[in-house]
Amino acid sequence: MSLILDNIKKYYREPNGNRLPVLGIERYELKQGEQAALVGSSGGGKTTLLNVISGILVPDSGKVIVDGRDIAALHEVSRDRFRAAKIGFVFQTFNLLPAFTALENVLLGMSFSGRGVDRSFAISLLERVGLGGRLDHLPGRMSVGEQQRVSVARAMANKPSLLLADEPTANVDPANQDLILNLIKDTCEEHNVTLLMVTHAMEVANTFERIDRLADFNKPELALNEVSA
Amino acid sequence: MNLFSIAWKSVKQRRLASMLTALSVALGVMLMVVVIVISGAVDSVFNQRTIAYDLIVGAKGSDLQLVLSSVFRIQPPIANLPLMYLQQLKDDPRIETAIPLAFGDFTKPEDGAFPIVGTTNEYFLNEYTPGKMYEVENQPGTRQLNGHYDAVIGSQVAYENKWRVGDKFSIVHGSADSETMHDELFEVVSVLRQTGTPNDRSVFLNLEAVYTLEGHQKPVDEVEARLKDFYGNDNKRLQSALMQLEQLRVKRQKGQEIGDTQMGYGMDTPDAMKEITAVYVKTRSSFDAVRFQSELKNTSKAVAVNPIRPIQRLMTNIVGNIQKALIALTGMIIIVSGISIFVSIYNSMSDRKREIGIMRALGARRSSVFSIVLAESAVLCIGGGLMGWLMGHGLAVAFSPVVSARTGLLLDPWFISPYEFVLFPILLMLGALVGFLPALTAYRTNVADALNG
Repeated sequence: MSLILDNIKKYYREPNGNRLPVLGIERYELKQGEQAALVGSSGGGKTTLLNVISGILVPDSGKVIVDGRDIAALHEVSRDRFRAAKIGFVFQTFNLLPAFTALENVLLGMSFSGRGVDRSFAISLLERVGLGGRLDHLPGRMSVGEQQRVSVARAMANKPSLLLADEPTANVDPANQDLILNLIKDTCEEHNVTLLMVTHAMEVANTFERIDRLADFNKPELALNEVSA
Repeated sequence: MNLFSIAWKSVKQRRLASMLTALSVALGVMLMVVVIVISGAVDSVFNQRTIAYDLIVGAKGSDLQLVLSSVFRIQPPIANLPLMYLQQLKDDPRIETAIPLAFGDFTKPEDGAFPIVGTTNEYFLNEYTPGKMYEVENQPGTRQLNGHYDAVIGSQVAYENKWRVGDKFSIVHGSADSETMHDELFEVVSVLRQTGTPNDRSVFLNLEAVYTLEGHQKPVDEVEARLKDFYGNDNKRLQSALMQLEQLRVKRQKGQEIGDTQMGYGMDTPDAMKEITAVYVKTRSSFDAVRFQSELKNTSKAVAVNPIRPIQRLMTNIVGNIQKALIALTGMIIIVSGISIFVSIYNSMSDRKREIGIMRALGARRSSVFSIVLAESAVLCIGGGLMGWLMGHGLAVAFSPVVSARTGLLLDPWFISPYEFVLFPILLMLGALVGFLPALTAYRTNVADALNG
């Protein structure tokens, strides 16, 4: 298994001190190389779930097993390193650093993994997403579609075992939507990377063989029970 | 791509703000370097390199005033010594060289009020500072102080007055603002090349000429009283001097009788009537210098002063403190610049929250983003410091010829003070200090909030 969520509970603390349950997941699994669309309503906890899976947030209880390791049990520094090495991220708003060229943005993704920077691999990734001729271009000089392609290349830079994509086509024009979507899916397939793509657009979700509805397996009240108990 | 290059990218991203903050550091460092270069020049003027003599012999009084008046020519002389005493010094086996100086007159105020020094050609045949001999400008007609009204002038005197060999000038008596002008005209026979010493702003006349100037001769009775005071119990020398005075009295009386009012004045003035202000002395050994100095202290009305010590005291007590105050002031400017770096980086943190969130999401550790912000602050401090250091020395290179020509200070534009060696470590510490709080903000950034914000 590439990803296992086991008995995850997560709540936020509201300004008045009350606890707001967000995640209550008994079990969720993805096999290595599997691709799934995660569908859910706005405010349903999709982004929180991705943050928990990537180790940006720690669940209040439960296990998050990625590539055989429970990252929820790791110290923050180890979690950061694990995330850099094993998990790729494609954001809805691309999140490229504006002062860095396309190539530098990809290299930046490699910088924190502790494995060093592989410039030729970064270039090959950009060539793979069709940006071989735009290595030295700053994000501000690229179209939104191109920016998202850079972010896909960056997410693959450390040869992750799991790619998390948060509404990657939401800000892209319809012409580029399929291109980006196929690019992500194809690249993951080529590198046997597990893909979990969060989306609220059914036309995007429908391109996946596996479609998971968050509401089907996330029962925040479980977290509430935990809190009450 | 290391943390430093990421920090450098960030500096470049906010190019204008970064340049302005680095410039504020650069200006502070530039001022500090300029102060240091000028201080170095002042130091070199006021330290032992200024003069190649072991002792200055003059009338008893303030050691400092004797050195300031005879070496630096920025104070009036204390009192005079009999010229006959010079021979006594020359006869002393411990003394290798004794060069007489008579000063107290100046060029006219409109000619710069430069000090006049009566001396002999021997003055120019000795080193002016250890290892350095006088050189003269190669101008037609250049010669030594041979004629009675010949004058050798320093480089700054020549520069400011545009005087060349063959030009003539007159001088004023007593003090720079005196209205008593001597009638005699002096002719420039040599222009000295720049030495970076007070010689550059001095005018040298033939010692003998100084005695013949109007108003320089004192009444015989007054000279007699001074000689008696000076020689005290040294009857042999006193009697010899008094005999000369007696002969002069007779000569003048005879002149009055035959109606020759010039008889006994001017060129035939006996040595007993002549005075000098100071004597530059080179002893055969440093031991001789110390022995001679202490002997003089106990037995004579003259005093021998080591030219270095009073100046060192002056440097330590006054000039050194002023330099330190100036350096402290520029240090404050650098600290203020550091605060501006802090404000600049700290203000940018809210804009960069997302960037930091992205880096953290990509796997950057808290310590990494902390280091990036700290490195950024260090880049601004060190970069600004380096820019300021180059600007300071560049300014010194550009303006040293002008400053040297106008003030006589020989600036060494690449003079590196010990202060400069600690400058960059201090800047690095300043960078760490002012970058700490913004770096801490980066360290504490909540990644989920930063990405969603």
